[in-house]
Amino acid sequence: MIELENVGYSYGGGELLSNVTLSLSPGSFHFLTGPSGSGKTTLMKLCYGALKPTSGRIKVFGSDMRRLDRDQMAILRRRIGVVHQDCQFLDHLPLADNVALPLTVSGRDVGAESQNLSELLAWVGLGNRTDALPPELSGGERQRAALARAVIMSPEVVLADEPTGNVDWEMSQRLLTLLAELNRMGKTVLVASHDLALIRAAKSLVQARVLRISNRKLQLAGADL
Amino acid sequence: MSKRTIRSFLLGDAQADRVVPPSGFTAQLTLFAAAAMAFLAVFALALCMASGRLADRWAGELARSATLRISAPADQRDAQTAAALEILRQTPGIASARALSMEEQAALLTPWFGADLPLDDLPVPQLVEIVADDQGYDVEGLRLRLSGEVPGAVLDDHSRWRRPLVDAANSLRRLGLMSILLIGGATAAMITLAANAALAANAQVIEVLRLVGARDTYIAQAFVRRFTLRALIGATLGMALGMLGVALLPPASDAGGFLTGLGFQGAGWAVPFLIPVLGALVAFAATWYSARRRLGELT
Repeated sequence: MIELENVGYSYGGGELLSNVTLSLSPGSFHFLTGPSGSGKTTLMKLCYGALKPTSGRIKVFGSDMRRLDRDQMAILRRRIGVVHQDCQFLDHLPLADNVALPLTVSGRDVGAESQNLSELLAWVGLGNRTDALPPELSGGERQRAALARAVIMSPEVVLADEPTGNVDWEMSQRLLTLLAELNRMGKTVLVASHDLALIRAAKSLVQARVLRISNRKLQLAGADL
Repeated sequence: MSKRTIRSFLLGDAQADRVVPPSGFTAQLTLFAAAAMAFLAVFALALCMASGRLADRWAGELARSATLRISAPADQRDAQTAAALEILRQTPGIASARALSMEEQAALLTPWFGADLPLDDLPVPQLVEIVADDQGYDVEGLRLRLSGEVPGAVLDDHSRWRRPLVDAANSLRRLGLMSILLIGGATAAMITLAANAALAANAQVIEVLRLVGARDTYIAQAFVRRFTLRALIGATLGMALGMLGVALLPPASDAGGFLTGLGFQGAGWAVPFLIPVLGALVAFAATWYSARRRLGELT
């Protein structure tokens, strides 16, 4: 699905990631962990093309990301669902429209998909909040709305960057359950999180591999955390 | 832009319009600026067309007519007039030449000397009216020949006072054209500024749209459509008001001369309708350019 070959990334100052090789196979569930500032978000951004690697190669769905033009990149984003830690919405549109936004911008008929939309909103537990504006939502509701928006196009890959960063333990468990359910439906999932308790809790839900960034390198962490 | 893009642009996409939040105040400013510019453009256009008409008329009328003045002792006058007419008849490029009658000459002098002028007692020169055909004639050649054969004849092709008048009218026309170009440029600048402000204010919207897989064309269109429509509506209003103003000017009269001739004539009334169309095109290009440039900065 997503393959990184000897990828390096440097900011103006210095090297943040070097020689990262990673392959997300279809249906896999990965956690990405590491201390703050170790480059988790950067690695996520490299995976969906928000950043370009300074060295190495990234292949997404079999095509080299460097060869994609802007429009192809936009099409690519429709196949990758992204949940940010601080999820942004269009604040002037109600929740239902925000969740349906990927359908809108890709020219799909939102009316025809309204059944899917309401099922999806019920699945994330926001069935009764469809008319709320994003600023009116709580942190947990925003995260779940972002997750719903990320999966409405039925993407093959879901990337979640600290999806539980702003919510309490109970809510992170709920989000984790949703991500595990997605994985059981066959989606490839990559979750960046520094929360080891959450990663341990996931063990009972899903077969997850844990990747750790330390000293600019990506390592497969041991089974026992 | 593909044909499909243009089509969807014209038909509009209610959903695409909704993704950009409405902006009441700046929208009205854009509308006002477009209206004001269109209003000014109508007057610049009226000035252009009036001075153009004037220049053409003066140049045409004056270039085609000339006057031959024959000052000779009374006994030679008729003979010299006949000789001059014969020369003029032979000159290629002259459509007609006619000696003015005493009554006509008296009528020309009446404004200066009154109706009771005893013309017969005064040494008034004989005037010959020359009308050239479309090719024109060789003024210098004719002058040389006349000075040889009709010593009392003086040819006046009116060029001495024709040129400054035509020059003045042409300068006015150039000024009008330049004003129209400046108005177009200022409109483009204002729309670009407004579009840039809108794009900056909606940076988050653009980022979200890009994240969920919107193509640049889709994002740009939401802005471009808005500004193009605003410019079109504003310019239409401004043009309508400007045309009303021109229509209310007093009608052209001989007494008023140039000033009252300011306005449109006949098919000229259709030309201002191009202003909203051009205004919309300018807005379209300006917004498209700024949106694409802005989006190019994002990944």
